[in-house]
Amino acid sequence: MWSSPFITTPTSVSQIMLRVLLALIPGIALYVWYFGPAILVSLTLASITALATEAIMLKLRNRPLKPFLSDNSALITGWLLALSIPALAPWWLIVVGTAFGIVIAKHLYGGLGNNVFNPAMIGYAVLIISFPAHMTHWISPNTLGGIGLSFVEQLNYTFNGVLPGGLKLDAVTMATPLDTLKTQLHLGLSVDVIRDMPIFGYLGGKGGEMVAIGFAVGGAYLLLTRVISWVIPATYLGTLFAIAAIFHLADPAHYVAPLFHWFSGAAMLGAFFIYTDPIGSPTTHRGQVIYAAGAALLTYLIRTFGGFPDGVAFAAVLMNICVPLIDAYSQPKVFGKKGDGK
Amino acid sequence: MRKLFKFHGGVHPPTHKTESSRTPIVQAAMPSKLVIPLHQHVGNRAVPTVQVGERVLKGQIIGRPEGRLSSAVHASTSGTVSAVDMQVVAHFSGLPDLCVTIIPDGKDEWIAHSGMDYKQTPHSELRQRLREAGIVGLGGAVFPSDMKSYSHKHKIKTLVLNGAECEPYITCDDLLMRERANEILRGAEVLRELLYAEEVLIGIEDNKPEAIAAMRQAVADDGHARMEVIAVPTLYPGGGAKQLIRVLTGIEVAAGVRSTEKGVQCFNVATAYCAWRAITFGEPLLSRIVTVTGNVERAQNFEVLLGTPVDELVAQAGSKADTYKHIMGGPMMGVDLPSGAVGVTKATNCIIEASQAMFPPPQAAMPCIRCARCAAVCPAELQPQDMYWFAKGKDFGKTQEFHLFDCIECGACAYVCPSHIPLVQYYRFAKSEIWQREQEQQAAEVARERHEFHMLRIEREKQEKAERLAQKEKAALAAKPAAPTPLPVAADPNADPENTLQMRIDSAVAHSNMQMRIDAAAARAKEQVATEQPKNTDALTPQQQAEIAEIEARRAKFHEIASHPGADDESPKQ
Repeated sequence: MWSSPFITTPTSVSQIMLRVLLALIPGIALYVWYFGPAILVSLTLASITALATEAIMLKLRNRPLKPFLSDNSALITGWLLALSIPALAPWWLIVVGTAFGIVIAKHLYGGLGNNVFNPAMIGYAVLIISFPAHMTHWISPNTLGGIGLSFVEQLNYTFNGVLPGGLKLDAVTMATPLDTLKTQLHLGLSVDVIRDMPIFGYLGGKGGEMVAIGFAVGGAYLLLTRVISWVIPATYLGTLFAIAAIFHLADPAHYVAPLFHWFSGAAMLGAFFIYTDPIGSPTTHRGQVIYAAGAALLTYLIRTFGGFPDGVAFAAVLMNICVPLIDAYSQPKVFGKKGDGK
Repeated sequence: MRKLFKFHGGVHPPTHKTESSRTPIVQAAMPSKLVIPLHQHVGNRAVPTVQVGERVLKGQIIGRPEGRLSSAVHASTSGTVSAVDMQVVAHFSGLPDLCVTIIPDGKDEWIAHSGMDYKQTPHSELRQRLREAGIVGLGGAVFPSDMKSYSHKHKIKTLVLNGAECEPYITCDDLLMRERANEILRGAEVLRELLYAEEVLIGIEDNKPEAIAAMRQAVADDGHARMEVIAVPTLYPGGGAKQLIRVLTGIEVAAGVRSTEKGVQCFNVATAYCAWRAITFGEPLLSRIVTVTGNVERAQNFEVLLGTPVDELVAQAGSKADTYKHIMGGPMMGVDLPSGAVGVTKATNCIIEASQAMFPPPQAAMPCIRCARCAAVCPAELQPQDMYWFAKGKDFGKTQEFHLFDCIECGACAYVCPSHIPLVQYYRFAKSEIWQREQEQQAAEVARERHEFHMLRIEREKQEKAERLAQKEKAALAAKPAAPTPLPVAADPNADPENTLQMRIDSAVAHSNMQMRIDAAAARAKEQVATEQPKNTDALTPQQQAEIAEIEARRAKFHEIASHPGADDESPKQ
């Protein structure tokens, strides 16, 4: 005997998480197209690590394995982290990051639903603080005409740390467009001069801007299937655009155009996949607006004035901390108690 | 077109209405017995007025209303009373309640009854008639209709007639509106008269075009003025009184507020129909339309005598063999009946026969991922995920801060929850715990007051005793040198300028009188305590003890659910 309601929708946590994984595929496909298959290796490593550490932690915490291993949430953590760090990296980098995210940021906080921080972003923060050198070696897009590495050559580097024919790592990698922009601005160049450099494309960096479009397409799928609501992505991108526009209009030589911010770094990934993580974001509409606007502001400030190449991950972690406070102060009025008598 | 308003949230569960709405209402067969609970309404249980073995007539009162908020219960047909005892009733608690069992004689012989012209009858008499006819809200709330028919000095503008029927599967109001629209509207006129309401708005969800057409036709045919049939969007729980009032008038009636304070009153269409029959023909509420659907051969609506055992009713619809439970009401807010032996009550709008395939048992709950889909669909605009969090943590103060008592338990939150958390169960648990604590607190308060009063009285008695002694001594002292004669009762105190003695004596007498009164009161109080105390502790009937045990078991189950909701469990699995 149980009590009403006796019917539920067929939606499940694992289905929601599966849709998030599916939505990442367009971006991943474009990633492979422009940067080679190395990302597939790190995605695989991340998946295996995520599932293994999840299983170990569930076992240690006396939790049932099946429902939690099949909820797909660990895979999302692994995939988001793999997409946030350089693909061409020693194998242990992604393993350490993923394991830290799952063990410390997820399970030590009580597992699914109880984590304060986005585990993938914690993994990213740990890696960029602990191994900054490895985090700067981004593969050059193959459209730049550099020396493209074959899949086997990429594997050989990941697992043995060996590049073919005594190539230097610098020959196949580069700084990210955001990083380049920051460095060159420090050297006194103006934005339009920097933007003419070969690594930049129409919207952001060559290749990277296409991957960002891929993530936006996946985000549209999530919106259409109602996995996420429009509030967070729209507020985040809108605020980021507005802040960048203000600075850009005031001083176009030193502040890059707003679209560049949209299509560089992890902004699109953040807007649709990271900030929309329900566990670490507010539940009220007003709260979500505050949260996403705050994240956009932090992203811009860290990118423009901070010491790190991108601000998406730190903005996520910092805003995660604020969620209980935001929720507490953004409670909507309930039915019939709105004060206007209607 | 009338401007309609929206309420927040809502869900679109599959309606499953057509299964039972394609055939007309059928008169259910005379059952072998009637098990009629005396508590089928909100308020005090009716008091049985019949004895075992007594012959009763159709329409005869077998339970008279007790207290202000109560309603009469009648024999649904003629026959012989075979039992007046505790039986399992159609209630989610599964607890037994006092029922009158009648074995029908098949003659269906009416008691003398007559109608009245509502226009010629004082309102108080009309209300009395509704009360004695056992008319209660038939939408499921079973609130006595006479108590809802008071007008607050012409303050009610709108009478809302609820024909929305938003719950899936249920079609009893749909069929009633199709077949008996005229009488529903005449009932609405009676209620309008009682409330001095200006307009009547009849809300029907737009998935019932036949009912809407029939009702509109009836409005036109009978020339009802200021009465409008309005198709409202199909959206669960749009048939909740507060939601329908909101949709039709834009007015939001908060929890704990009477809609009449906002100038609106709401009745179900079937209630209006029965009110009409009761006033005009003197027919008490003896039967109602019940949808029998789900895992049956012939889903349809029956006109069913109150008290008909559910088993006998569902057999007429061809309940299939793999039925594993009977749900009374709809799948969103219905009740899993404790037994098929319970009698149909005034609240029984629908019986859904459930098979494992149609209504699989709930899946194991996953942890809440704070997706807030529940908040998005909540018609009360609550934050169900927060209430769940605090109910689970047994932080009941916080659940109230998050407006637990505004929750109407519509089930929309649990319906959409991707983690399959039985959210409504948590809210019911929290509510029952809070009520329980309030009761305990009240009891403690009463005990404390009693104790304080007791101490005060002892103190006062001591003081008065001391005073009296002092008075006596003084009196004795004063009396000695004076005449040794007994008290000069006849002496006129005014005539005697030195009457201090007399005054003292008077006051002493008065004091001792008071003392006697106090002693008597103390004795009475003691007696009361002596008679009351065992009532609370020792002198329980086995039935009461069983009841308490069951309540405790139920609470324990709630506790268990709250602390072990499946996979999402902080304590290690054993």
